[in-house]
Amino acid sequence: MTERTLVDLQPCQEGKVNSISGGRNVNKRLYELGLNKGAKFKILKNDVGPIILSLSGNKLALGRGLANKISVV
Amino acid sequence: MRTIALVGNPNSGKTTLFNALTGSNQHVGNWPGVTVEKKEGKLRFNDQLYNVVDLPGTYSLGAYSEDEIVARDFIIQGNPDVVINVVDATNIERNLYLTTQLLEMGTKIVIALNMMDEAKLKKIDINLNDLSKQLGIPIISTVASKRKGINELIEKAVDTINEDAPVNKISYGEEIHKEIEELKKLLEGRTEGYSSDWIAIKILEGDEEVINHVKGRNHVNERLIAIKDKSVDWELEIVNKRYDFINNIIEKSVKKPDETVVTLTDKIDKAVTNKYLGIPIFALIMYMIFQLTFVIGQDLLGGIVESWIESLAVIVSSFLYAVNSPDWLISFLIEGIIGGVGAVLVFVPLIMTLYFFLGILEDTGYMARAAYVMDGVMRALGLHGKTFISMIVGFGCNVPGIMATRTLENKKDRMIALLINPFMSCGARIPIYLVFIAAFFESNGGLVLFSLYLLGILIALIMGKLFSKTLFKGESSHFIMELPPYRLPSMRSVLRDMWDKVWDFLKRAGTVIFAVVTLLWILSRFPLGVVPYSQESILGKIGSIIAPIFAPAGFGTWQASVSLFAGIAAKEAVVAVLGMVYAGSSEGAALISAVQGAFTPLTAISFMVMTLLYTPCAATIATVKQETKSNKWAVFIAIYPFIIGWILSVIIYQIGSLLGF
Repeated sequence: MTERTLVDLQPCQEGKVNSISGGRNVNKRLYELGLNKGAKFKILKNDVGPIILSLSGNKLALGRGLANKISVV
Repeated sequence: MRTIALVGNPNSGKTTLFNALTGSNQHVGNWPGVTVEKKEGKLRFNDQLYNVVDLPGTYSLGAYSEDEIVARDFIIQGNPDVVINVVDATNIERNLYLTTQLLEMGTKIVIALNMMDEAKLKKIDINLNDLSKQLGIPIISTVASKRKGINELIEKAVDTINEDAPVNKISYGEEIHKEIEELKKLLEGRTEGYSSDWIAIKILEGDEEVINHVKGRNHVNERLIAIKDKSVDWELEIVNKRYDFINNIIEKSVKKPDETVVTLTDKIDKAVTNKYLGIPIFALIMYMIFQLTFVIGQDLLGGIVESWIESLAVIVSSFLYAVNSPDWLISFLIEGIIGGVGAVLVFVPLIMTLYFFLGILEDTGYMARAAYVMDGVMRALGLHGKTFISMIVGFGCNVPGIMATRTLENKKDRMIALLINPFMSCGARIPIYLVFIAAFFESNGGLVLFSLYLLGILIALIMGKLFSKTLFKGESSHFIMELPPYRLPSMRSVLRDMWDKVWDFLKRAGTVIFAVVTLLWILSRFPLGVVPYSQESILGKIGSIIAPIFAPAGFGTWQASVSLFAGIAAKEAVVAVLGMVYAGSSEGAALISAVQGAFTPLTAISFMVMTLLYTPCAATIATVKQETKSNKWAVFIAIYPFIIGWILSVIIYQIGSLLGF
C-alpha cells in the first residue's frame, strides 16, 4: 500500500501524523507548532491553495508541497 | 531599576498585555544591531519603578529567526529579574512549548494565562492550582483586553523576583540526560551567565549559535564531533519530550470538550478562504478601506484641518504685518513654513484614518487569511504567500513593510519581498495623489486612488516574478502559517498604534520636511536679487538641470523636478515643495488651481505614476541597507524603481498624447 499523505485526506477527515520529511529546519518548525509524530488533527480545507487543518484547537495552513511530505495514518 | 520581560507566542495577546501594564508610558526602538522592534515601558508598583520589555512574539527560543535570537539573548544576557510568559488559554498546549524552553533557561517565570474569557466560551476548564503546581510556576489568569487580572499579575511578578527560579522537571530520557551531564562536565562551569543545562540541551539540539560559541574549547570540540550524527535524532527527541511533559500536565489539569464546536471563526473562514470567493472578498475589503479613508479622512476631517491652517496663516501674517516684520521673515514663515509644512499637515486626518483601518485589519486576524488566499497567485509568480503581508504593511509605510519581510525564512523569498516593497504606495505618498485628484479627478477620487494602489501591486508582482527568474532563482520555502481565531479588535490598541504612526508622521513633518522646506526656501531666494521662486533662483536652476529628464514624461518643468528631487528626502516633501513653488501659501485652493494651470489630466496621471514608483525615500533606502547589510542593494533600491517609474510615466504620456488626451 502506498503511503498516504496529508494531501490525500478530505475535509472533515481526521488523522494522525506518521512522519514528516521536509528537511531538518522545516521538520523542527512543524514539531514546535505541535505537528509532531502522533499528533491528531482534522482537515478543514483541501481544494486549492494551502491545506488548512485544525490541531488541538488552532488552525494551521500548510503549503501543498509540504503537506505532501507529511505521511499520515 | 528592576526589569520585567514579556515573552509569548504571536497572537497570545502579549502586546495588549504590555499596553495594559505600561499604559502610555512606553517607547519603541530597535534592538542593537538588528531592526527587530524593541518595545519598552515603565510600570509603577508600590512606589517602585519597573522597566517592562516586550520581547518579539515567538513560538520557540531556538535560532530559527532573528526574533527568536533577540528574545533568548535578552533573557540570558539582559538578565531580566522576572519573565512574564503570556500563554493563550485557548491554545494552551502549543503555548506551553515556549514555557518549557523558559524552564530550561533557568529563569524566574510567572505565567499570565491570558484570554481566559475565550477559554470559558470554548468550555475549556483549566485547574489553575494544579497546573501551577505541576509546572512549578505561579500562574495568574488574565483577560488583557479587558484589563482583568493585571494588578494581580504585577503583584505576583514582583513577588517572584525574590523567589528561586523554577526547577526544570522535563524528563528527556536516559540517553539524553547522560549526554547533558557529560557536556556539563566538559563545559567546566564556564558558561558566561548561561545556564550550563541550557547550553548542553542546545548543543544536543544542534543549535548553531550555541555550538559556535563553545566550539573552540578543548574536549568540547571532540565531543561535538562525536555526537554530530546523533543530533538530528536528539533534536526531535527533545522536542517530543517537551511535548510529552506538557501533555502529561494537561491531561491532569485541563479539560476540553471532546468535539470542538464549529466556531464563528470557522464560519467566516469558510467564506474568506473559499477558492472562488477568497480573492474577491479580499479585494472588496481593501477597496472599502480606501473608499472609507477617502470619505472620512479627506472629505470629512481633512477640510477641518485645512481651515485651521488657513486661519493660522491669516493670524500669523496679520500679526507680522502689524509689528512691521521684514518681508523675508513673512515670506519664510507664510510661504515656507506654513505653506510647505502646512501642505503636509492637511493630510494628517487622512493618514490617521488609513492607519486606523489597516490596524483593525491586522488586529482582527484577517491578515493571515489575506496571505493564505494570495498564496496561490504569489506562488504562480514564484513568490511566497507571506510576501503579501509585508506588502500590505507597506501601504502604511515601507519601512515596517520591509521589516515585516523578516517573517520569510528563506533568503530568496525575503530578498524579493524586500526589493518590491517600495512599490507599495505608502501613507506619505497619498497627499501627492490627493492634490492631483482634487485638481483633475474630483468625481472619481476613490477610484483613481485605488487604481494607483493596484498599479503599485501589479508592478511589484511583475518585478517579483522577474527577480525570481533572474537574480534569485530556486524554490520558494514552504508555506507554514497559523490562522489565529478572529478577534474583535481592541480599540485601545488600534488607536494607540495609529497614534504612534501619526506621531512619526508629525515628527517627520517637524524635522525632515521642515529642513527640506527651509533649505529650498533659501535656495529659492538666491542669488540675491532674483524674483523668489523664479527660474533664475538657484532652486529654479537646479530644477531646470533635472527637468529635461522628465520632459518625455510630460512634466519637464523645473517645479515638478525639484519636488520629485525633494521627495527622496521624504515623500511628503513633494507636496510641500509644490505648495511653496506654486502657491506660496497653504491655501489648498491656491495650490490646486496652480496645479491645474501647470499640469493637464494626462501629465497629472503620468506624474502620479512617477511619484508612486520612483526612488523610495531616504528612510526606506537606509532600512534596505540595514536589513541586507549591503551597500549594493541600497544603491539598487535607489536606482531601479526610478528607471521603472520613468519608463512607465513616459509610456503613459506618449501613448496618451498620441490618443489625443
